[in-house]
Amino acid sequence: MTIRLNVNGKQNTIDCQAGEMLTEVLRRAGYLEVKKGCDTGNCGACTVLVDGKPVLSCSYLAARAEGREITTIQGLAEEARAFARFLTAEGADQCGFCAPGFALTVLSMKKELHNPDEAEIRHYLAGNLCRCSGYEGQIRAIKKYLEAEHA
Amino acid sequence: MRNYHSPTPPTADAPLEATEKFKVVAHDVSKVDGEGLVLGRPAYTDDLAPENALYVKLVRSPHAFARILSIDPSAALALPGVACVLTWKDCPRVPITRAGQGNPEPSPHDRFILDEYVRYVGDEVAVVAAESEAIAEKAASLVKVDYEVLNPVLDFEEALDNPVVIHPEPGIHEMFPIGFEPKRNIAAAYHMEIGDVEQELAASPVRVETTVHTQAQQHVALEAHAAFSYIDLQGRLVIVTSTQNPWHTRRLLGLAFQMPLRKIRVVKPRIGGGFGGKQHIHVEPYVAMVTMRTGKPARLALTRREVFEATFTRHEMRVKVRLGANPDGMLRAIDMQVLSNTGAYGEHALTTFMVAGSKTLPLYNKAVAVRFGGHVVYTNKVSAGAYRGYGAIQGLTGLEAAMDELAHKLAMDPVELRRKNMLHEGETSEVFRIMGEGTEGVAMNIESCKLEECIARGKELIRWDPDHLVREVAPGILRAKGMAIAMQGSGIPLIDMGSARIEFQDGGFFKLHVGATDLGTGSDTILAQIAAEELGVDMDDIVVHSSDTDHTPFDVGAYASSTTYVSGSAVLKAARSLKAKLIEAVAEKLGVAPEDIVYKGKIFMTTDGTKELSLDDFSYDTLYHDGEKMKTIEATESFTGDKSPPPYLAAFVEIELDTETGKVDVIDYVVVADVGTPINPKLAKIQIEGGVLQGIGMALYEDVRYSDAGHMLSHTMMTYPIPSREDVGRITVEIVDSYEPSGPFGAKSAGEIGIDTPPPAIANAIRNAVGIRLTEYPFTPERVLMALKAAKAK
Ligand code: FES
Ligand code: FES
Repeated sequence: MTIRLNVNGKQNTIDCQAGEMLTEVLRRAGYLEVKKGCDTGNCGACTVLVDGKPVLSCSYLAARAEGREITTIQGLAEEARAFARFLTAEGADQCGFCAPGFALTVLSMKKELHNPDEAEIRHYLAGNLCRCSGYEGQIRAIKKYLEAEHA
Repeated sequence: MRNYHSPTPPTADAPLEATEKFKVVAHDVSKVDGEGLVLGRPAYTDDLAPENALYVKLVRSPHAFARILSIDPSAALALPGVACVLTWKDCPRVPITRAGQGNPEPSPHDRFILDEYVRYVGDEVAVVAAESEAIAEKAASLVKVDYEVLNPVLDFEEALDNPVVIHPEPGIHEMFPIGFEPKRNIAAAYHMEIGDVEQELAASPVRVETTVHTQAQQHVALEAHAAFSYIDLQGRLVIVTSTQNPWHTRRLLGLAFQMPLRKIRVVKPRIGGGFGGKQHIHVEPYVAMVTMRTGKPARLALTRREVFEATFTRHEMRVKVRLGANPDGMLRAIDMQVLSNTGAYGEHALTTFMVAGSKTLPLYNKAVAVRFGGHVVYTNKVSAGAYRGYGAIQGLTGLEAAMDELAHKLAMDPVELRRKNMLHEGETSEVFRIMGEGTEGVAMNIESCKLEECIARGKELIRWDPDHLVREVAPGILRAKGMAIAMQGSGIPLIDMGSARIEFQDGGFFKLHVGATDLGTGSDTILAQIAAEELGVDMDDIVVHSSDTDHTPFDVGAYASSTTYVSGSAVLKAARSLKAKLIEAVAEKLGVAPEDIVYKGKIFMTTDGTKELSLDDFSYDTLYHDGEKMKTIEATESFTGDKSPPPYLAAFVEIELDTETGKVDVIDYVVVADVGTPINPKLAKIQIEGGVLQGIGMALYEDVRYSDAGHMLSHTMMTYPIPSREDVGRITVEIVDSYEPSGPFGAKSAGEIGIDTPPPAIANAIRNAVGIRLTEYPFTPERVLMALKAAKAK
């Protein structure tokens, strides 16, 4: 079967198997910024926004996404670039595999939470795992980014 | 609950001397590709696979030990879209190792790409390729395999001389003597003794004995192992893969398929983390088989479950340490006996086991008698392989537990006990000479060791007070401190070799080609910094290309904490020699002697100040304008260390232990490290932070669990959780001033050492909290509670 997905404002008609998850379908359609880390909804690498809310695309049926607005990190390229500068400034961009999903969640947190403290930041991002960085550098980057955005 | 804001360090992290001394090196240069990665630009292997590639799936063993009686692929082959099904009968019968190591490998050649026997649940049985992933999956499920199920050996304590022999097959062999005795289920064995340990122990007034059992651990690099292959225009096999060692991969594939190496090219794109887990061939042989059989491109990315069940883990070890000392705390004897579990195959069996001693025992070089020995045994579990820390973490866990027990027995500050016995600058240890990685070691004097400084600063940061290492902060809630020190190495001396080529380009910039492999560590950036510093140019003037067996010079790969020291030294040598060639060419052009040229970064001047020439202008002259003098100016250099200068660190932890639930939380983890000159301080710090977090995971909850039949129970990230950003308090990493004369601009290494201390330091903190020595890893709440109950019952 085929499904129609609206990704980053663009309509796509994509082949899809029954029961297939959104990660696979998006990657097959060339949205390679959606990474696959665990297949079980535990790592956050596959995060996309559906109607503005972060979801784990590996546990989200592709068919459910029809008629909704899907946003990958490429859909928020401007903001992502701004955040990337803070991340690289801290040296917290290690292998980078977690980065697209993680950055998307940071951008969504920025919209949702006003002035979060460190515990709130860690909680909001708890589902975005990183095996390389030890998180400290990412936290420093987020704090500085939020400060700069609010200034 | 947790206070993320404490403690504030008493004084700010002071700037390093090296930062003042150098222009590019020892500065926080940012990686050039950070933005692209955040935006998710295609960069990793599976992002780059050709669209027409066949999808490869592996049929895997459901049994821990079995002999394959027959494989019937007919139902699978009947499925439209299936290209081939390959079995052990399609592989040359050549024993290999999957371990990416030097040649000859210290790992036994005890494995076939596909074999008649399967030795763990998940072992490869057959290779299926089809036009889509869904068809490949379906086809894999239709391959009918008949097994003769055999009795497995699952407990490594029972493996030695078990009537069940895991490797009965003929033809497997060791490459040089490593104590390989497959009939006894021994993959490797080793023994060494300095002085007379038994006699020295007997004469020691104070003795302790501690045995720890460290578990298997999973790497969980976020990118799963992936590879794709195709035949290029010249009929050569090209493999693009998430590997830490392109050359070893090429060599092992050549052996496995009996192909000349000139027929193979291996390319590494960006990797989503390695930690040792990609220092082996796990996927490459299977895509290669399909491409060679069908002539078509083939791709394979493992599922997370396959990564858990069928790549490698850390070696499970039992480490027994006995110490003998005088009443003043001076060590007289150290005895370390190790049993290591290599699982079904012997990849890295000998070397990880030897590193348990060789990269821990020199820490306490005052003991007159030192002994190390034991066995590495086969079991029917997934193979163990290289993993950051590589035996040192297991050995250190035993050694640092014993050191703390000795301190308790002597009623001494554990910090002072270590200071009394530890290695200092200008000293050596016999162990360096005796124990190498699989072979004899290399004698070495320690030219840089700032452990004293690390300890002093660490004490300050954690507010160490030996008389108050535990306090009750609420009823049943204890806060306690513990510590450990560690060393690692910087490459394998006289075995690891790296090379670099730098070529001068029109426009006045430089192409830097290195075989070294950036795993996300930032080594491309670090190596460019080294070149830029020496050539006196900006980072932007260095364009790096790495890890391609066709297009970059040789390098053994990224492992054993080698890249900065070994590959970095090669880059420095190449930059030096290129600089000399540039000066010579400019001197000739300006008609003066080379000694009369001053090269100041982007400009050449004669010493008398009369003539000058910019690097930019000269680049056009040498490539376009100078007639018969025109030439490409380039330099290629290689480096092999004749020593492996260890980095060191002191770690201090504060934990919170809930005596009601048994839960242990890390509140504060302080590391002060001597890595020599950090070429890029912020990247070095993040390396260490990341290592610490993986070490905390190992100490507290990461565990590879099996059913009684040998099925892995922890095969998802749900059942094998890794630390999230809510799971630990504060990790503070500082780097002290240090300069290693043999390293590039004074550098040593930083990649592995961070992981080593959490298992012992946390155990020592728990001991200080409740008076109990936990020895069974990881320290889950259940284990802690059980130990508390058992202690109460006594
Ligand atoms: S791949 Fe979706 S959460 Fe890990
Ligand atoms: S940077 Fe590698 S997983 Fe986060």
